[in-house]
Amino acid sequence: MLIETKIRGSDHSLAASVYAIDSRKIESKRIVSSDSSNKKLWAELIKKVDTLKDTSSFEELFNHFAPRVKAFLMKSGADPQMAEECSQEVMATVWRKAHLFDPSRASASTWIFTIARNKKIDAIRKQNRPEPEQLYPDQDYEPDQEAVVELQQETERLTLALGELPEKQRILVEKAYLGELSHSEIAEITGLPLGTIKSRIRLALEKLRHAMM
Amino acid sequence: MKKHDIKHHLSKELLLAYSAGQLEEGFSIAIATHISMCDQCRAESESLEAMGGAVFEDLEPNVIDADAFAKTLALIDQMPEQTNVASKTKELPEPLADYVGCDLKDIDWRPIGMGVKQKILVNSEKVSARLLYIPAGTAVPEHGHKGREVTLVLKGAFKDEIDYFGPGDIELADGDTHHTPVASDEEDCICLAVTDAPLQFNKLIHKIAQPFLKI
Repeated sequence: MLIETKIRGSDHSLAASVYAIDSRKIESKRIVSSDSSNKKLWAELIKKVDTLKDTSSFEELFNHFAPRVKAFLMKSGADPQMAEECSQEVMATVWRKAHLFDPSRASASTWIFTIARNKKIDAIRKQNRPEPEQLYPDQDYEPDQEAVVELQQETERLTLALGELPEKQRILVEKAYLGELSHSEIAEITGLPLGTIKSRIRLALEKLRHAMM
Repeated sequence: MKKHDIKHHLSKELLLAYSAGQLEEGFSIAIATHISMCDQCRAESESLEAMGGAVFEDLEPNVIDADAFAKTLALIDQMPEQTNVASKTKELPEPLADYVGCDLKDIDWRPIGMGVKQKILVNSEKVSARLLYIPAGTAVPEHGHKGREVTLVLKGAFKDEIDYFGPGDIELADGDTHHTPVASDEEDCICLAVTDAPLQFNKLIHKIAQPFLKI
């Protein structure tokens, strides 16, 4: 952000070269991610689905996320047929629960991941998923825009940090979320770089609690 | 349920297993209930979900059927409207209330001796989850564990050889823990106890009684 502010409006070729270096740096990681403005865009599309019931916004979300949900479910042990049907159900839930999405606490990817995870537990593991109580603020509550931007940036940093974990550790983390580790193996995962995003979420929760009084 | 000064929190392992969708249902009840009472663990759980989101976003997308979008729109039309139901009188946090199914005063407790009562919520091969009702000043018989035990205090408090546990507090025990929880003198104690192997009571009489008590 700092670099961007400094170079904006000055030398464009300099700006371009800084970005080029930056994107090379990012692309060299195994984990390549879209920039945070893109993440913000997904969040805005979910908002449009919620408030406007906008089908074209939903289609954009669908085209990006449905193939990933299907991949996630297949990695978690579903056959192609089941994964196809379940990914449609997950995306339908995205539409139905759009009003529960809070972009100051989760990115669109994170939120859709949790819906896909719950579908996995329900359809593949055949278990109930006890969920924490939803926090419902007052009707007119809007998450603070600055908090939303910061959360999306933290999500971005977390993605990069995941790519920077030692190879062995990173593979364990991926396996944990894809359902390939037992509980005792999960205990071997240590030192996840979550400190900053955790404090952002904590602040967002405090604001939300105030809006619930 | 009122917010209390929670001192004993969930372990990172339990939170990670829960956030990754890898934890058995019985334990998940205790995790979801504690998170409902504790924003510190809620933030931790949601940050672990963010890690899951990063793994998810990085997956190689799979090919989906050509008519998948149309089918999804059709599904949406069939689904019932979601409404925000602000929870009613809250004696118990929602995830637990869903399993108990009634008010605390209406629970059909089963006595298990020495004034202690239980209500089994989930009893699978691997995990059992139960509510325990321990009268003020009463001890739960000393017991050890073959596996893990997660205890969450809902009402009142208890203390054992390890520490003092009040509402919202979590006590984690494993195969090496032998303890005798005693309810505080002020109030009857209600807690949720989840184990992944039968509890082992140390006195012969309890060993004999165990199969009958399903404890």
